[in-house]
Amino acid sequence: MAKFRMHLLVCGGSTCRSSESDLIAESLRREIEEKGLQAEVQVIMTGCFGLCGKGPVVRVMPDNAFYVGVKPEDAPVIVAEHVIKGRRVQRLLYAGTAGKEPVSDPKHNGFHRKQIRIALRNCGFINPEDIDEYIARDGYAALGRCLTEMSPAQVVEQIKLSGLRGRGGGGFPTGLKWEIASRNKADQKYVVCNADEGDPGAFMDRSVLEGDPHSVLEAMAICGYAIGATQGLIYIRAEYPLAIQRLKTAIKQARDYGLLGEQILGTNFMFDIEMRYGAGAFVCGEETALIHSMEGERGEPTNKPPFPAESGFLGKPTNVNNVETLASVPVIINKGAGWFSSIGTEKSKGTKVFALAGKINNVGLIEVPMGTTLREVIFEIGGGIKNGRKFKAVQTGGPSGGCLTEKHLDIAIDFDNLIAAGSMMGSGGMIVMDEDDCMVSVAKFFLEFTVEESCGKCSPCRIGNKRLHELLTHITKGNGTMADLERLRNMSLVIKDTSLCGLGQSSPNPVLSTLANFMDEYVAHVSEKKCPSGQCRDLMRYTIIYDKCVGCTACARACPVNAISGERKEVHFIDQDKCIKCGACFEKCKFAAVLIN
Amino acid sequence: MGKLNSLADLTKIREESRHRIGLRAKSDSPEGLVQVRVAMATCGMAAGARTIMDFFADELDKRGIGAIVTPTGCMSYCYAEPTVEVQLPGTEPVVYGFVDLKRADEIIEKYIKNGELVEGIIPVNYETID
Amino acid sequence: METVKLTIDNKQIEVNKGTTLLKAAHRLGVEIPTLCHMELHDLNIENKPGGCRICVVEVQGRRNLAPACITKCEEGMTIKTHNARVLNARRTVMEFILSDHPKDCLICPKSGHCDLQDMANRLGIREIPGHEIAEMSTYRKDTSPSIIRELDKCIMCRRCEMMCNEVQTVGALSAVNRGFMAVVAPAFEQNLEYSPCTYCGQCVAVCPTGALTEVDHTRDVLRALVDPSKTVVVQTAPAVRAALGEEFGMKPGTLVTGKLVAALKALGFDYVFDTDFAADLTIMEEGTELLTRLGKHLKGEPDANIPILTSCCPGWVNFFEHNYPELKDVPSTAKSPQQMFGAIAKTYFADKISVKRQDMVVVSIMPCLAKKYESQRPEFAVDGNPDVDFSISTRELAAFIKQANIDFNDLPDMDFDRPLGESSGAAVIFGNTGGVIEAAVRTAFEIYTGKKLSRLDFTELRGMEGVRQATIDFNGFPLSIGIAHGLGNARKLLDEVKAGRSKFHAIEVMACPGGCIGGGGQPLHHGDSSILKARAKAIYEEDKNKPIRVSHENPYILQLYKEFLGEPNSEKAHHLLHTHYFDRKAKIIIKK
Repeated sequence: MAKFRMHLLVCGGSTCRSSESDLIAESLRREIEEKGLQAEVQVIMTGCFGLCGKGPVVRVMPDNAFYVGVKPEDAPVIVAEHVIKGRRVQRLLYAGTAGKEPVSDPKHNGFHRKQIRIALRNCGFINPEDIDEYIARDGYAALGRCLTEMSPAQVVEQIKLSGLRGRGGGGFPTGLKWEIASRNKADQKYVVCNADEGDPGAFMDRSVLEGDPHSVLEAMAICGYAIGATQGLIYIRAEYPLAIQRLKTAIKQARDYGLLGEQILGTNFMFDIEMRYGAGAFVCGEETALIHSMEGERGEPTNKPPFPAESGFLGKPTNVNNVETLASVPVIINKGAGWFSSIGTEKSKGTKVFALAGKINNVGLIEVPMGTTLREVIFEIGGGIKNGRKFKAVQTGGPSGGCLTEKHLDIAIDFDNLIAAGSMMGSGGMIVMDEDDCMVSVAKFFLEFTVEESCGKCSPCRIGNKRLHELLTHITKGNGTMADLERLRNMSLVIKDTSLCGLGQSSPNPVLSTLANFMDEYVAHVSEKKCPSGQCRDLMRYTIIYDKCVGCTACARACPVNAISGERKEVHFIDQDKCIKCGACFEKCKFAAVLIN
Repeated sequence: MGKLNSLADLTKIREESRHRIGLRAKSDSPEGLVQVRVAMATCGMAAGARTIMDFFADELDKRGIGAIVTPTGCMSYCYAEPTVEVQLPGTEPVVYGFVDLKRADEIIEKYIKNGELVEGIIPVNYETID
Repeated sequence: METVKLTIDNKQIEVNKGTTLLKAAHRLGVEIPTLCHMELHDLNIENKPGGCRICVVEVQGRRNLAPACITKCEEGMTIKTHNARVLNARRTVMEFILSDHPKDCLICPKSGHCDLQDMANRLGIREIPGHEIAEMSTYRKDTSPSIIRELDKCIMCRRCEMMCNEVQTVGALSAVNRGFMAVVAPAFEQNLEYSPCTYCGQCVAVCPTGALTEVDHTRDVLRALVDPSKTVVVQTAPAVRAALGEEFGMKPGTLVTGKLVAALKALGFDYVFDTDFAADLTIMEEGTELLTRLGKHLKGEPDANIPILTSCCPGWVNFFEHNYPELKDVPSTAKSPQQMFGAIAKTYFADKISVKRQDMVVVSIMPCLAKKYESQRPEFAVDGNPDVDFSISTRELAAFIKQANIDFNDLPDMDFDRPLGESSGAAVIFGNTGGVIEAAVRTAFEIYTGKKLSRLDFTELRGMEGVRQATIDFNGFPLSIGIAHGLGNARKLLDEVKAGRSKFHAIEVMACPGGCIGGGGQPLHHGDSSILKARAKAIYEEDKNKPIRVSHENPYILQLYKEFLGEPNSEKAHHLLHTHYFDRKAKIIIKK
């Protein structure tokens, strides 16, 4: 077997691949072959490294150099300089946050320092299409241990002791879920992996599946053993082609090794996994809706109870866990429940993966221990706000989470603290907003999503969210009244109080949290008819500053609706009734005489 | 490899494959490992640094010492090539000059294994080169 | 049975485990308002998607309000059904629903019978905040031969969907789209006509609003009545007389046969006849066919085609044409009574009174919406002139009577005209599930055995069970009979027939739960199944009171054969009274 001295890890996650990371890997391989180094240097496509905003990413091992923003044409210089001469290509090294010195070793930069990778342990490290690499990282050892050393009840007990809670949003104790499913007697039970990741901007599950599919397969088998199921199903959105392909490869490899199928590892345990494809409806992330979708029914939730653990897929006891939850399971078995529960806060153990997005420097995927503060996540790991702007709010929990502010930054992130602050963990989306964002528009934006994604089954969610969105639009157009704000709050509370599933029960959160934290902005919109952030076009006013206008008529000629009047060499005037706020006058004026407010 | 019929089969694959990703695993957490950096600029290469690097890599592995061997850029001791920087866990790095196979062997046996300094140290203040 | 104790509005109650909060509250006399929920207790039909959220109540200790219709009682629960939080939520949700509902109650066909209107009233909604900026979800209006879908009025209660899929297993309607545009419609929002819809009308029967209504033919009927050149003949189906009174405030189960005849006369129909006459005729034809096929069966002839399936119900005919076209030779070829009546009226009777076919208009009063479609089938017309011109439902007739300012309650009882108005008790029970086969048995037995029946009430064939079976002793030959009402139940028997496993000699199917008395054109039951039971009872009552109770003794039937048809299943009878069926699987087409 060839003995490689150097590994070039090229990120093969969807984000980097869409920036041609597969071409980068190809060019690197070609360069290495040209230099005759193919026996020494290996190029490996791995899963996601997390620094998606700066991708494509290439990591050079053993030097631990972290190259970002790599292009296929950079391959020759990486090979010539770094691979052959050991000189790092400075311009491609990850620089932490903008303007600072390049950092070569990711261990020592802010992005990586505070992270602990459990669910993402193998992402960006192993070749996800090679089961041997997974096994080399103690893969399937946990399954082996469960099957040979532990009773199903002991497995459940370990998961319970670990304090693991559902990472898909609900935060329900995983061990308890398994226990209930194990207690229900049936001729068939099912283990379902919920890979219907639907939060806009969230891609932790995709990254785990793309970067470490076997960890999910192993965990499903462990769960099957624990609850007494022989069939696993992965419900994955069809929009994740790469994850689907990697999963298919992984399932085949696991079957070939007999790690799925009958008599696993020579024991009497039997377990197999099939895939089911979702069409990308957000609501199908809700477990009852997901199950109906798998059954070929309309993807809409039903009342719980009965919980899937009693009556789920085809009416059989079914345990539904999210991808990230499952990915943590083998580690818990291997390292022990005590180890896992030593990480995190009192009621939220372990780590949580977040997808950082919005006005933040390090857009990407991070995994931090529960209890890390929002400040650490945003300003250390996330590298702070883009372009040195001022932080305004962070939306956690996806589209139906709440917007938290400066005063919440020192909250230790866990399930309960976020809820107490008026937001939620959700599946781990984190969208950062700066001073330029209008919070009324932000609430409107999120509502637009939930209006689109409501299944339409229950009236408050189907109609109520639409009405919320309409009223928000009304307000951003400057037509709102103070009474509307009260109506907004009442509608939000009722929708939360009466909706059938988690979608409607949380969809008004952006409205309620912005009402609570940014009431002044709402008031400005309705009483002063002003948008403090200048984002609401209908509330913008273009005026001409008396002292600055020289009467050149340039603005009047540029105005497409003839809203500007004035004689040559005299001060001009904009008719607000005619103005369509296109900004043409502002662009044209050479004397900075056009004012926007 | 066909079906794994026992835990032993799984362990076997694990041991075999660990080797393949060993390089990555070690360098992902280099704390506690011996780090050997061989200067591989033009002068180093001309002086035979590649042979020395191969020697360190192969022998440290053979002799069961957890180590990371990496090429590095010019250390600016061109007169003393091949130059090798060795850093034992928890200590400051030490640079050896004029490293041939014999001295390399000595470095492994005496310095790396027992912490005894070997001849050829270049005792100048310098910083590790990235 | 395990019980649980809980407190509802400060009152203690102990109920069986599994009881819903709604039912527990009902037992305490607390009526929690519901909208989407509907239960037909005796038929085992329940719709409870938990979707409208009108019935929400506060459960102490729970974060959110709980829908009473699906939340089960648990030990120690404390429930508040109408505190400020609940009332505010209920009202706000109702305002949401109304904000997406047309406000054209003045001209809505459901006005006065609308559950949504009632609820708005009950909750005292007097304005809809924000309606001036509220967008409404709007959809294309769809008119089929029987049913109009005006989905702007759909409130997504899913009752129709439940009826169409779970009860009828027709699968024409299901929720489509999502979010604000979610609505119940055929696949791809296709017209009903291009779906597997059977026009059974059960969706209309349960729709709480004006979203699903029947095609209204009363204007056409009125136009015929005012046209002096037309002789307008009306026939009324058996189930109508047992339900029409409800529309005029009478107790369910009140028989109004005499008033019905009087009302039709007052409306100006020239001849008021009874579909029951044609039902007797059906028995003659179908009973003879049964005996012929049975004879062949007993001789072991391969074309015996046993079991014979009844063919009176047009919804059922549509169902097997769509779903079991390979079995289209199995049902009796006898036309339905409505069509037999039309065929005889426009030939035998028209000749008798010397009226030309084109100058005669035959109107039928039916408990059914599929009859509208049936009357429009091209095979039931001669040179484009249909045997039955217009079929109107019990509801349409009631509205018509009201429009004509007729005081129904005050009408005298009148008799049907002759000759097509005379009928036996066997014909009346056509309105109930099991009635057609009971009527057939009465006649077939006497013809087969040559003996008089000692008892005419075959109670073993009656009841509300979805699928029933009975064996009747035909002088030593055990005639095995299957009965299904509701198309889902029919499907069970059909699958057996298809698989060659059916042990029955004859099977009666009626598309609607309860038979015609529960038809899609009957006065709305609003989820009260005791109404259906009362109607069924009235029908059997009418049978009992008839002087003649077997079809083959109806003197006008005998006269018809003697004067016109010859004998049952004669060539002329075949030409006028029998039909054939089509493969309609291909009709389900997808086009936008």
